[in-house]
Amino acid sequence: MHIPDGFIDIPTSAAFGTLALAGTAIALKKAKTEVDDRTAPMAGLTAVFIFAVQMLNFPVAAGTSGHLLGGALAMVLVGPYAASLAITVVLGVQALLFADGGLTALGLNVFNLSVIAVLVSFLVFKLMVKLLPKIKSAIPLAAGIAAFVSVPISASAFTLQYAIGGNGTAPVETVFIAMFSTHLLIGIGEAVITMLTVSAILASRSDLVYGWSRKEVALEIRS
Amino acid sequence: MVAVATPITNITAYIAYFSLIWLALLTAKIPPLTVIKRSLIEIPFVAFALLMPFFGQGERVNFLGLSLYQEGINAGAGIIAKATLGVLSAILLSATTTAREILRGLEILRLPSMLVQIATFMLRYLNVVTDEMERMSVARSSRGFDAKGIRHWRVLANSAGALFIRSYERGERVHLAMLSRGYSGELPKEEREDVSPQQIALGLALPLLALTSLLISILIL
Repeated sequence: MHIPDGFIDIPTSAAFGTLALAGTAIALKKAKTEVDDRTAPMAGLTAVFIFAVQMLNFPVAAGTSGHLLGGALAMVLVGPYAASLAITVVLGVQALLFADGGLTALGLNVFNLSVIAVLVSFLVFKLMVKLLPKIKSAIPLAAGIAAFVSVPISASAFTLQYAIGGNGTAPVETVFIAMFSTHLLIGIGEAVITMLTVSAILASRSDLVYGWSRKEVALEIRS
Repeated sequence: MVAVATPITNITAYIAYFSLIWLALLTAKIPPLTVIKRSLIEIPFVAFALLMPFFGQGERVNFLGLSLYQEGINAGAGIIAKATLGVLSAILLSATTTAREILRGLEILRLPSMLVQIATFMLRYLNVVTDEMERMSVARSSRGFDAKGIRHWRVLANSAGALFIRSYERGERVHLAMLSRGYSGELPKEEREDVSPQQIALGLALPLLALTSLLISILIL
């Protein structure tokens, strides 16, 4: 569910679109230096993964269920730049082909979800990795906390856009409280699922986790 | 774009927009039922818009015994009308144009080639990966798994993890396969037919008609 056309006025959309464009340009440049010619296939498959994992329903209670947003998860797995590109592409495809999120609001959605959410979760993740003990089991925890923080923050980014150029009369405080509190709950779910997923991947292929893989394990030759 | 910039009080213009887009949808022979089904995506925002009349300041209107704010009605109606127009035009685009053509169009519009490549991969492997997920879900149910609540999240999260590993490994295989066919960071350019002026004119027809109807409605009022 993304911001549709007409929800936020044109000047605000254009301003945040420019910011989103700048963020994407930085991500493009950094991703090229980081993962070279593997960027396209890797980010492409990450985009598919995000799209698919959003269809995986997590039952909550009494028939309601939610799904993973995947921003923080992708960031921990493939690094912030490739993750940001992947989410940008997912948003673009959703807007163009699935009518989810308006074209004029694409800049807003990209800014909230692939720039702010990824940036915030990256910073929180880095901080957590620094604070927590340097053991493998700390990585899922750090990822979970990053996911938890990133969701309400990107919801607040929406509130900011609404406050600047919202085409609505609901008072900004009401919108903020509603958005922030529901997304706080969503953030908890996101955190738990991200944590469990990252620990599952760490258990089987820890080399695929970007947040951990830097520590090269020397090849052990057993005879 | 034209539609989003129009104030909602200009009702004539909105009627014109809706007739135009439905005319285009009908000319393209898209079944109306499909259109309606795919429009359901905007429901959460419609709900939000319906709440609008209960907030706001100033003029109050009595409607069905409810006292509503005029300002809120306008804002809510504006959101619904604009969002619906946006959804309808996206449906028009995706139903008439293949994903390949949209991507090529984006390339011609100078979207960075890296983004186009990522989108190409995404669309090409979308079905492969969702099928993979479907198989995993069949496998889970055949082992008697039934997701009922938070207690089952660990299993689902393990599935998500496995899905990532499979997608990633597929990405690695695709990359190696591309390298062995001489990939060097750029996708080979296909034979590119140039966009003819007629196609451009056809593409601009709808927005221009919308703009014209806006101007006419302003002149009338």
